[in-house]
Amino acid sequence: MHPLLEVSHATASYGPILALRGISLEVREGEVVALLGANGAGKTTTLRLIAGMLPPLTGSLLFKGQPIHTLPPEQRVALGIVLVPEGRGIFPELTVKENLLLGAWRHRDRRQAQRDLEEVFDRFPILRERQAQRAGTLSGGEQQMLAIGRALMARPRLLLLDEPSLGLAPLVVRHIFEILRAIHEAGTTMLIAEQNAHLALVLAHRAYILQNGEIRLHGDAQALRENPEVKALYLGRSSERR
Amino acid sequence: MNPVIQYVAGGLSAGALYGLMALGLVLIYRASEVVNFGHGDLAMISTFVAYTLLQARWPLPAALLGAILFGAFLGALVEGGLLRPARHRRATPLTLVVLTLGLALVLNGLAGFLWGHEIRTFPALVSGPPLIVGPARVTREQLLNLAAGVLLALALYGFLRWTWSGLALRAVTQNPDMARLMGIPVDRILLLAWAIGVGLGAVAGILAAPLIYLEPNAMLELLIKGFAAAVLGGMTSLPGAVVGGLTLGVLENLIAGYVATELKTPFAFAMIVAVLAVRPAGLLGRPIHRRV
Ligand SMILES: Nc1ncnc2c1ncn2[C@@H]1O[C@H](COP(=O)(O)OP(=O)(O)OP(=O)(O)O)[C@@H](O)[C@H]1O
Ligand SMILES: [Mg+2]
Repeated sequence: MHPLLEVSHATASYGPILALRGISLEVREGEVVALLGANGAGKTTTLRLIAGMLPPLTGSLLFKGQPIHTLPPEQRVALGIVLVPEGRGIFPELTVKENLLLGAWRHRDRRQAQRDLEEVFDRFPILRERQAQRAGTLSGGEQQMLAIGRALMARPRLLLLDEPSLGLAPLVVRHIFEILRAIHEAGTTMLIAEQNAHLALVLAHRAYILQNGEIRLHGDAQALRENPEVKALYLGRSSERR
Repeated sequence: MNPVIQYVAGGLSAGALYGLMALGLVLIYRASEVVNFGHGDLAMISTFVAYTLLQARWPLPAALLGAILFGAFLGALVEGGLLRPARHRRATPLTLVVLTLGLALVLNGLAGFLWGHEIRTFPALVSGPPLIVGPARVTREQLLNLAAGVLLALALYGFLRWTWSGLALRAVTQNPDMARLMGIPVDRILLLAWAIGVGLGAVAGILAAPLIYLEPNAMLELLIKGFAAAVLGGMTSLPGAVVGGLTLGVLENLIAGYVATELKTPFAFAMIVAVLAVRPAGLLGRPIHRRV
């Protein structure tokens, strides 16, 4: 059995700046994997690389054993690789419902979209209330829910989440992580980039810790939570950051 | 008949054509951030194709449809064959705009070569005595133009609102990167935007042709008025393009009627200048803010 996603020795750069210096990681079917690290460690770059928004300089990317590094992002979405980007990336001028429907572009089946829409509305009742509103009028937390809901509309095989807690109040963050847990329990495989290691290590089975574009540590979430280095560097302060 | 009402009716009919021209310009601008200076000449070529098909005794509907589809195809060709490769080589939006300007000159010269510079009459699309509509007496031509403008604007609205491709197009105009992350093939959506935009321009050109004479520079005025309408409407707003077109049509007709016919076209220029100076976002537009 191949892992669902296998990244091997991938490097990536922005012009002359080397952002990833040969990282390897894997995500198995049904897992929640966390990608931890401080500001600028390379978390977003890793997710953009997997989603196809940035080409790797070297190294390989396999999805279900097939190389994907030459595929453009839209074809990776077709395979089921769906990214909820940093900053959420909602379409502010479109309505909440239209944003969600765009998630269904992957299959463009109206009936299935309608069913999935109901499911998303059940998960996020606030979105049902606001479905006819312009998405730009939503609060930060609601926008994050919209971005997650929209990704679910695509029925992802691998859901990539880039700092879903960013800029949100602690209560909202807790709520979102509860929903992520429920989404995982419903069978979705996830790779979550987070600065908030506390939160992520509770949800994840395994984690990779990035530092300066390299994987510094990886292992079971449980073991990492008790690792003295991790404790000192990433769990030192309480969960409210920034 | 009250002359004001006549001027307004005539203005609305001309304005509908400016609105169609403006709709195409705005659609293309919003989707690809390119102000298409080739719009007038693409419309002109499409109109010449309609003329040639009619000369070859195609039935009127087939000739018009053929020419409009040809225009749409040309639009897609410009995007896919010229702009896309340039964009992939990191051309700036300004470079792309200059590219469309060059294209306009090439098409203009090509039309001169293929069809010559003599002035031709484009056959009337409808005939019959004027009709009385409410308080106004309108020609069938005027009615056709207004109806075509309104119906196509509504059709475009419906397309953008209720189809997957229309929704995708609106997503691309807001955030192309994010659209790709939704699985939308942005390149293909741009082709579609250009096809529709230039197709609308072809319709405007064909409807305008019987009112003017056909020669390679015949569509310059239509292009300028289309720009004026688009700018008036805010350059980014589709409803604004229609409102801008109708407003311009009516105002210039009133000026021609009450002041001087010669001021009609300078008025359109003055309008562009004044709007850009006083209210750059136009009547209904808002500044576009896009991330790179
Ligand atoms: N568009 C860009 N152009 C140039 N350098 C960039 C760009 N984006 C990121 N970088 C650099 O690449 C490195 C990795 O950045 P990345 O955004 O992946 O980090 P991150 O772990 O997601 O950080 P954060 O927690 O702040 O989101 C950093 O040194 C950053 O400065
Ligand atoms: Mg980041």
